[in-house]
Amino acid sequence: MNRVTILAIGAAAALLLYILEMVRRRKLREEYSILWLFGSVVILILSVKKDWLEWASKAAGIFYPPSFLFLVGILFVVLILIHFSITISKLHQMNKKMAQELALLKQERSPPNHSSAADADSASREGERS
Amino acid sequence: MNFPPTAGRNERSPAMDAAAPRVLVAIPAYREEKSIGPIVSSLRLKFPYDVLVVNDGSPDRTSAVARDAGAIVLDLPCNLGIGGAVQTAFLFACEKGYDAVIRIDGDGQHEIEDIPRVLEPIVAGEADAVIGSRFLGEAGYRASIPRIFGIHLFRLLVNLMTGYRVTDPTSGFFAINRHLIEFYSRHYPSDYPEVDAYILMHRMKARAMEVPVRMYAREEGKSSITTFRAVYYMVKVSLSFLINCIRRFG
Repeated sequence: MNRVTILAIGAAAALLLYILEMVRRRKLREEYSILWLFGSVVILILSVKKDWLEWASKAAGIFYPPSFLFLVGILFVVLILIHFSITISKLHQMNKKMAQELALLKQERSPPNHSSAADADSASREGERS
Repeated sequence: MNFPPTAGRNERSPAMDAAAPRVLVAIPAYREEKSIGPIVSSLRLKFPYDVLVVNDGSPDRTSAVARDAGAIVLDLPCNLGIGGAVQTAFLFACEKGYDAVIRIDGDGQHEIEDIPRVLEPIVAGEADAVIGSRFLGEAGYRASIPRIFGIHLFRLLVNLMTGYRVTDPTSGFFAINRHLIEFYSRHYPSDYPEVDAYILMHRMKARAMEVPVRMYAREEGKSSITTFRAVYYMVKVSLSFLINCIRRFG
């Protein structure tokens, strides 16, 4: 086994164990661990099974097999980052919605301190409308 | 100046109950404790409309000052940005059954004497959206060079993609009717919403028109668009504008 193989196996195995441990300790939710686990398993397999890696890199037209490994790694990192961007956008949307609802609820709870017809009126209006 | 009429909308929004259309003046405010008080007071004095201030998580006394001046105040627990704050006002108006919302700035840039002019076509049922333009009529508004460049770009973009012929695409002085209130309370861009809103209006086949209004240079605080953010502003607006063209709205 040459050094690059040992390095790849070591890194992939360490990543796999770390992710599993984080999930076990509930510091990482299962749905966010899937891509990480899948990625580290693929890299681990390709590092152990050198002939598979050589076949795959030849099929992809890559002459130096370890760089195929890097490619796979980078692809997974990109996928994970896109996944995060989507998740952040979703959280952003939910956060906005909740802040807005909270502001509306707070207003409803506080007693009206001005002569506006809005609050007194809205109940009857809403009745008419429905 | 009227935009090309869009077919099929007229029968959906008849003239409002002219006796008492319920109008909400919506003011998004962030750090406007110095200017918000007088604006709310004079609105309450001059018009029979309810005044809503959406306090976008200001750390200063904006909320208390607005409440003391007689506004209904919605306090957002964190800063959502201008679009999120304005949308909160639409949610409120939708829930409370207002017939029209007129949105103005909380920093004194918009001349409140022009409010009737902006509201009139809405109340008459002639338009779904009326946008106050600082470049129409006698109003002499002087803008900086980058701003003028941006405005020209957005004019072109809006005209190409929607057919609306606008003079002031970034105007935040506008009124909308019930129809758009309901739509905007579900879909409203989160930051720099004004240009994007034209696509939404276009998709809703809304009848939009511009009327001349007066706008002034800011009295207090800073414009939400600083020089450093100008480029980001242009890119973001153009991108979300183009995306909105191919987006589906449920």
